[in-house]
Amino acid sequence: MSAIDPEALQQQRSYLLRYAMLQLRDPHLAEDVVQETLVAAIENRSGFAAQSQPRTWLVGILKHKIMDVLRKRAREPQLSVAEGEDENELVDALFRQNGRWASPPQNWNEPEQAMENAHFWEVFEQCNRRMPLNSARAFMMREFMEMSTDEICHELSISTTNCWVILHRARLVLRECLDLNWFGNAR
Amino acid sequence: MLDCKHNTELLSQSYDRPLTLREKMAMRMHLLMCRGCRNFEKQLAFIRKAARELPRKL
Repeated sequence: MSAIDPEALQQQRSYLLRYAMLQLRDPHLAEDVVQETLVAAIENRSGFAAQSQPRTWLVGILKHKIMDVLRKRAREPQLSVAEGEDENELVDALFRQNGRWASPPQNWNEPEQAMENAHFWEVFEQCNRRMPLNSARAFMMREFMEMSTDEICHELSISTTNCWVILHRARLVLRECLDLNWFGNAR
Repeated sequence: MLDCKHNTELLSQSYDRPLTLREKMAMRMHLLMCRGCRNFEKQLAFIRKAARELPRKL
């Protein structure tokens, strides 16, 4: 059996931690799932050594560990009523009574260029962290972990309609945050 | 006639489920007349692209 390089594993650790934080937003939980992932990797060292892309392989394990945590949470009683209300208010504030934009979205200048800018990604991560927890969780499952809407509804034990509503709000809130903190600055 | 609030819901849902023909038509009609929603449409596409790029940027 080939030896596993502890340094190589350590290098992946900080990446995995940031990945887990984006989804769980709890440093202790993130630390736990990353630890479990690394233990699983060490226990299956021949599998690890055979990987041409160890990071992809590790993220595969990590996703399962994250899902376990989210599944457990979905079964716990929800304490997020107030959170949901805040979000409603925020979204309602974006539109007038007649359903038109309170302030119509302006053109974003060269968004593709933003993706080349390291500072943009900091803002993007910050905006994700500012999203209400329920929205952030569903949004990251959908876009970051690329799960299907059906899978997300199932994992979070919510109806499909509710899932669409949550995802939509997440996108509205994220758009608003990016507009305020990045693209709006150029205007 | 679809308003902006409902139109953004359809735009967003088009990323999560197939829209019906009627919904697509209503959305297109609205977009023809509404610059704010056209900008929103482009920004949604960007947000999806960026979020899926994020794992490579961490």
